[in-house]
Amino acid sequence: MNARSDLPQGTLDLLILKIVALGPVHGYAIAQRLQQVSRDVVQVPQGSLYPALHRLENRGLLAADWKDTESGREAKFYRLTRKGRKQLEAEAASWARLTEAVALILNLSGEGAQ
Amino acid sequence: MTWLGRLIRRKEVEQQLDKELRFHFDQLVSDRLRDGESPEEARRQASLDLGGLEQTKEMTRDARGTRWLEDLAADTSYAIRILRKNPGFTAVCLLTLALGIGATTAVFSVVNGVVLKPLAYAHPERLLNLQEKTNWSTAWGDLWAFSYPNFIDCRDGTRSLEMSALHNAGGGIVSAPGDAAYVEGLEISSNLFDMLGVRLLAGRSFSVQDDRPGGAPVVILGHSLWQRRFGGDPRAIGRRLVYNGIARTVIGIAPAGFRIDDDEIDLFTPIGQDTSPLQLDRERHGTVVWARLRPNATLAQANSELGIIGHQLATAYPKSNRGRTFFAEPLHPDVGSVRSLLWLLLGAVSLVLVIACANIASLLLARALSRQRELAMRAALGASRGRLIRQNLTESALLGLCGGALGVACAAAAVRLFLRIWPDILPRSGNVRTDPTVLLFAAGLSIVSGLLCGISPAIRTRLGELDKILRAGARTIAGNTRRLHTGFVIVQIALAVVLLASAAMLGRTLLYLSSLNPGLDLDNLLVARVALSPGTLADPPRTRAAWKDILRRAREIPSVQSIATIDTVPMREGSNEIGYRTSAAPIPENQIPVVLANCTTPEYLKTMRIPLLSGRFLDDHDDSHSQSVAVIDEVMAKQAFPGKNPIGKHLWIGIGPDPVTVVGVVGHVRQWGLAGDDHARIRAQLYYPFSQIPDPLVRRWSELMSVVVRTRAGSQSVIGSLQQAVRGAANDQVLYETHSMKELAAASLARQRFLLVLFGIFAALALILGCIGIYGVLSYLTSQRVPEIGVRIALGATAMQVMALVLRQSFTMVAIGLLFGCAGALTAARVLVWLVEGMRAIDPLTALLTLFVLTAAAFAASFVPARRASRIDPVRALRQD
Repeated sequence: MNARSDLPQGTLDLLILKIVALGPVHGYAIAQRLQQVSRDVVQVPQGSLYPALHRLENRGLLAADWKDTESGREAKFYRLTRKGRKQLEAEAASWARLTEAVALILNLSGEGAQ
Repeated sequence: MTWLGRLIRRKEVEQQLDKELRFHFDQLVSDRLRDGESPEEARRQASLDLGGLEQTKEMTRDARGTRWLEDLAADTSYAIRILRKNPGFTAVCLLTLALGIGATTAVFSVVNGVVLKPLAYAHPERLLNLQEKTNWSTAWGDLWAFSYPNFIDCRDGTRSLEMSALHNAGGGIVSAPGDAAYVEGLEISSNLFDMLGVRLLAGRSFSVQDDRPGGAPVVILGHSLWQRRFGGDPRAIGRRLVYNGIARTVIGIAPAGFRIDDDEIDLFTPIGQDTSPLQLDRERHGTVVWARLRPNATLAQANSELGIIGHQLATAYPKSNRGRTFFAEPLHPDVGSVRSLLWLLLGAVSLVLVIACANIASLLLARALSRQRELAMRAALGASRGRLIRQNLTESALLGLCGGALGVACAAAAVRLFLRIWPDILPRSGNVRTDPTVLLFAAGLSIVSGLLCGISPAIRTRLGELDKILRAGARTIAGNTRRLHTGFVIVQIALAVVLLASAAMLGRTLLYLSSLNPGLDLDNLLVARVALSPGTLADPPRTRAAWKDILRRAREIPSVQSIATIDTVPMREGSNEIGYRTSAAPIPENQIPVVLANCTTPEYLKTMRIPLLSGRFLDDHDDSHSQSVAVIDEVMAKQAFPGKNPIGKHLWIGIGPDPVTVVGVVGHVRQWGLAGDDHARIRAQLYYPFSQIPDPLVRRWSELMSVVVRTRAGSQSVIGSLQQAVRGAANDQVLYETHSMKELAAASLARQRFLLVLFGIFAALALILGCIGIYGVLSYLTSQRVPEIGVRIALGATAMQVMALVLRQSFTMVAIGLLFGCAGALTAARVLVWLVEGMRAIDPLTALLTLFVLTAAAFAASFVPARRASRIDPVRALRQD
């Protein structure tokens, strides 16, 4: 689905869950937040955001309500479900383990080269 | 929202998606406007950022997970449009499928009702049938019915089983209320209805007090007898009914449709009240025992308990029970050899279905090729190959389902019609109906056959060379499917040969069997059973006198030429098989030869017109004071006295204390019917006089007696006069189960005729479908060759040459099909010979006839396309496209 994303497979879901965990938020704000927080490193084609959101909603990790924004327009606000929170914790932990392991290996190969 | 909810409220979901994305888009635009971009530029950039509104929507729909269902709905409506656009094509497909699926469903509904459906009692899986088993065998094997004393001991000795005994004492006469008439009676244990879980329609079941010697004279009525005798009046409970001379009180009425095995019983009496010597004899085995496993008990426990009891009884009663034990097995409906015949028919009819599927598959394939450009176009617009295959299969599955629905309707009507025309051909035929199992089967069959038809066109959807297909003209896009199409025709021809050859073999067999000499003259011959007055039966001399009286009165009827009594009638159910010895020396039980014994009166030979070969037949001088005599048939003469003159020889047959003397030899009679007799286990026949049977046997023998009557040619029905003659002084003797001998002979071939009719129908369907198949494929292949043929004609080919060209193509397919078909037919022939009584192996004439019919039909089907090809206008053919 997100073949055009530069992110590793599955990472987008993790990022979305993390951002939604901070409080109910609509799709546009998620896109904004992704860019701002990652200082434009993470480039998510905004089109691939919605398939991901709908998939997460489908799996019951996110729930959504229609609410008014500050500008008075109605928008679809996503929030984390209990199941979503568990998933976020599990994925965040496994992500941390993975990056740690990758870093270790990279360091190791650096020493070997010297 | 669940996936189902989303599917149902698809419109709402779509609107929300649109609203959500539009919000995003508007935000993007307003942000860019704030940054000072021009409105056009802002919208353009926003659209780019979002990756195109429609693409994003499409991707989001995919992510929802109900995509396949939405596609299915879309595909279905597309398929319906396509099918409606080609009504001719659709009609042919639907009709073909309806024939195939309908025929298969019809046969399956019979298989389901007769073979698969469990007995109509509560929890039939816990019901058991009990039998006695000996560690030695006789000509009948090692399994026995129970003796009643053994049943009592088993019943009282087991804890895992609730047991019930049933004894068919042979029915009897109900003489009041109303006229005397014969009824089917059954003696049962008091708990039978409870054990089967059947609730009486009214009244109560027998109590334990009823079910013992000297119990109150009570009776439970079968539903039909209740209707006949009491007009369905619920106040029948408590009324009196005279059965076999005993006035009994009606205490209960069985529900409608209640059957024991497959028989509807007229009335039930308590088995414990039967104190006849035969019933109390541990060596007489005539009682059927059914049982139900008690809660938590297992079949293994029951059998080990029965084994222990068997061992105890063998020690206690060595004379009757040595080497004898008891065992239980699940109670199944008794349908005998019909089971294998029905599976055979299901196999045969599924060949018809395969032919139908091959037919439609080749039609769909031809059409798929002409639609290849459309598919290429859709692929170019972004449809994946899988998606296109799915679309294709949806269409054929839809065809299958619609064809199936039509087929089920036809099947239901056909089965009903069939059972009305031929009600008695099958056991348990009352269970045959279009029930949920049948519908499920038909639905599965429809989808599977739909998919089978669609699979080959679907996987041929090749999209590798899109540009080529799109650029090519109609002429070149067809691709080479000649092989596949030829394959379909070969399959159809081969299967049609199998069915046609089987039908032809059955036809030949039936012709042959009908031409056999039954051993007697079937014309103007009546047989009927006779029930004597219950009062008469108690006294042997009076019984003998009553028979003489009946014969004398019957002879006074002008149209009666001659009459005799006989216990077993040729070609009718029931035989008396007894062991015999040719010397006084004892023979081990399992080596005693067996003969069909007939107890009769002197006029039997003349009445049946059986030829006398040597010596004399029984005559009026054979009585209890003269020497015991018997007459044997030619088969027994060869078997018992090979190479010797049997006249004057002695036979020990166990009826009376002395050996009997053979006084004559007569022709063989086909006791087992026209089809079955040649291969019957026991064919030897023996006749002994009723006048010489000892007094103790007179009663039982009389209960089984029938009369055979030769009437004068051309005379009106004599049944009425015969009934009058039989009535007797007390007006309580009846004639029942009247048949003409011709009917019995025809009935002995009923099964063969039944198979012939069905195979004939299947073969005709196969032939028609096969011809349609050849016609369709050849038309298609020829139309593909129009330009080529045009060139040939332009270069000077004559019409005959062009026709030969097309016919040659057809000939190759047909020849290969015939070759495979012959191999299949030989296999089918073996199966038929193995399963069908009296079946004759295939003969050259039948084989040739089959091949001729098929070849002729195939060429007739090829002729039209060939002729069309020969009339192609070369100029137009070359300009085409």
